[in-house]
Amino acid sequence: MASVLAVDDSTSMRNMVSFTLKSAGYEVVEAACGQEALQIAQTRKVDLVLTDINMPNMDGLSLIKALRALPTYRFTPILTLTTESAADMKQRGKAAGATGWIVKPFNPEQLLAVMKKVIG
Amino acid sequence: MAINLSQFHQTFFEESLEGLQTMETGLLNLGRGEDLEQINTIFRAAHSIKGGSGTFGFTQISSFTHEIETLLDEMRNGHRHTTPEAVDLLLRSVDCLREMLGAVKAGAPSEPERARLLTRELQIMLDSAAGVADQAKAVTAAPSGPEGWRILLRPMPHLLRTGNDPVRLFRLLAELGQLDAHLDDSGVPPFAEMDPEECYLRWELTLRGDVARERVQEIFEWMDGDCELDISPLPGKQDEPAIAPAQESTLPGSGSQVLENPQALPVDRRSGTDRRQPPASDSASIRVRIDKIDALINMVGELVITQAMLSQLGEGFDMGRMEKLRDGLDQLERNTHELQESIMRIRMLPISFAFNRFPRLVHDLSQKLGKKVSLRLSGEQTELDKTVMEKISDPLVHLVRNALDHGIESPHDRVAAGKPETGVLHLNAYHHSGNIVVEVSDDGAGIQKVRLLEKARRQGLAAADEDLTDDKILELIFLPGITTAQEISDVSGRGVGMDVVRRNIRELGGNIEIRSVEGQGTTITIRLPLTLAILDGQLVRIGRENCIIPLTSICESLQVEAQNVSAIAGQVEIYTLRGSHIPIIRLAGVFGLNGNQPDLTNSLLVVVEADGQRVGLVVDELLGQQQVVIKSLETNFKRVEGVSGATILGDGTVALIVDIAGVIALSRRSMERGRESERAGSAVPIGERA
Repeated sequence: MASVLAVDDSTSMRNMVSFTLKSAGYEVVEAACGQEALQIAQTRKVDLVLTDINMPNMDGLSLIKALRALPTYRFTPILTLTTESAADMKQRGKAAGATGWIVKPFNPEQLLAVMKKVIG
Repeated sequence: MAINLSQFHQTFFEESLEGLQTMETGLLNLGRGEDLEQINTIFRAAHSIKGGSGTFGFTQISSFTHEIETLLDEMRNGHRHTTPEAVDLLLRSVDCLREMLGAVKAGAPSEPERARLLTRELQIMLDSAAGVADQAKAVTAAPSGPEGWRILLRPMPHLLRTGNDPVRLFRLLAELGQLDAHLDDSGVPPFAEMDPEECYLRWELTLRGDVARERVQEIFEWMDGDCELDISPLPGKQDEPAIAPAQESTLPGSGSQVLENPQALPVDRRSGTDRRQPPASDSASIRVRIDKIDALINMVGELVITQAMLSQLGEGFDMGRMEKLRDGLDQLERNTHELQESIMRIRMLPISFAFNRFPRLVHDLSQKLGKKVSLRLSGEQTELDKTVMEKISDPLVHLVRNALDHGIESPHDRVAAGKPETGVLHLNAYHHSGNIVVEVSDDGAGIQKVRLLEKARRQGLAAADEDLTDDKILELIFLPGITTAQEISDVSGRGVGMDVVRRNIRELGGNIEIRSVEGQGTTITIRLPLTLAILDGQLVRIGRENCIIPLTSICESLQVEAQNVSAIAGQVEIYTLRGSHIPIIRLAGVFGLNGNQPDLTNSLLVVVEADGQRVGLVVDELLGQQQVVIKSLETNFKRVEGVSGATILGDGTVALIVDIAGVIALSRRSMERGRESERAGSAVPIGERA
């Protein structure tokens, strides 16, 4: 089954994402910040990265840029979790190399629907 | 691969049905004036249903709701006035949605003809606003159409590096409709010049199906800026006749032409409303308020304590502790009783569940009849047993229809009679000594007793020379085949007469009374037991059999004094009780049992009341009073006249429950077989109608 790297500094958010994806059969790896996520990405390949933007240590945008620089992550779908539906943040994510975005708040169903767009 | 969404379906259905109820209530309130908050509420409900149905894969429901939502959105934004036509269309759409939900719930999703017709109506109404704007708007204002879309996709070379994969998106598109993809590979350079990481391919896609443009756009949302995308309606879509009237929508005729179709299907429409509760799943679950469950848990706790106390008492018991044992047993009885009551309360629902459908019904019906009616509801929080509620619903509908059709006059007649133009229909419910009372009253014309009597006589339902009291005349309305309406109308000629209403209510162990004052209105009072499962009963002995007489129907019990008994025509025995004359029925005789002394002196007489008549039942012994659990005789044996059910007593024996109304009918028949002539005048209040 496809593997997902879920990056968010909010535990509850990470838990919700992780629980939903796991119950849908995905393998989920969690990271609490960009730095942690990057370390994981350097050691293993996942099929999708799901990242928050505002995080301590390394924010989402920097993470995306760093990931795209890794040979194994050049074509990997990366989705950002944006708090508001502001076009600005979506575009900044895209400019950094993100594939798309999910607008918070979202429910498990929406999350899984988006999954279909990129993996699966 | 996905989460099994079906585990959320039940919640979704409940939520959506509640949402529909909210929409309906809101829409009906809208009819009384524009209120932004009201529209917002309706919109939110529609929006949730759309969202939910989309999430759970009920695409037909979500696309239909989408149209409703669009219309509501225009109303909300002030782009559209709340016209009665719009409200009516929305109400009908709510009905249709309810039907679609029911179908999906039953596992047979279908897109009824009605949904298609209503979709068109909605689109025409939506277009009618766009008609004011330019014509190009009119075309795009139709968010979906049955034809489909032509999608030209020219990705930029760097598309793949964003992680987007067009093929995945095509897969999603294919879920929306029938997808044909045509690949244009003319952009692929010679092999030597090709960069494997670039995208050189282009596609021309044809998506056939009833898909909203937004849904197509949504799929390509993330590729904005990474590709050229051109979504256009399939050729021929603009020529679709349903859209055409947009240009001439200022003409009222353009819409009504299509409107005729749904109205030509009134049967379909009605059945949709009536079918709103698929019986199987509806009786399957019940919502219980937390405090009721808490009370129950509390009660069980008490029971456990009592049990512990009793078992402690049992160890090394001696007669000296007899008193304590008795206390303990008393406590146990109290606990059991309370527990029973609490459990019964779980089955109780506020009658608003039954009342809720009436605002809509009254709205529709009064429009149809051209009458002005305001509906008043009170006592909606009065609780009654779920089963009783389900069974009382249809009779109530009939009574309300009657009140609107026959009771309340047309505005013109009302003004002529010096009444306000708008009639009042009042539904009221309250508890009264172990019963629930439901009243349906109107301030209409009332029942013309003279005409009713005349009619009854003409039909041979009442004897020509008989002098009937007003109450008796009104009771004639419950006879089969009688109607006060001059002609049978669509509204009342539904085959359910007042006789059926009364029968239904009697089957529930209740009774129905009518009061009417000509020119002032009619009040119909229904009295029902709170529950069907338990009954307060008086245990009596007849011969060697034990029977239960429902306590609620007992007026008093007395010892017969010989001088008060008189036999009329040697057939009917009458007991004179404080000046009134009560027919005596010997239960042993009716049931064919041995017992009941021929001489009634010192026998016991239980005076009971049913259908407004009092009779005295002769029994051989009065035993205790107790609550009994009713077991259906019909399910376990067969229907027996005069017996409404059975119960199992504490010692394991079976006691039959006497059906008072049935016993009266039984004895009346046997009496009439015995006598042909010599009516005893007013002293015999029964026996005139078989």
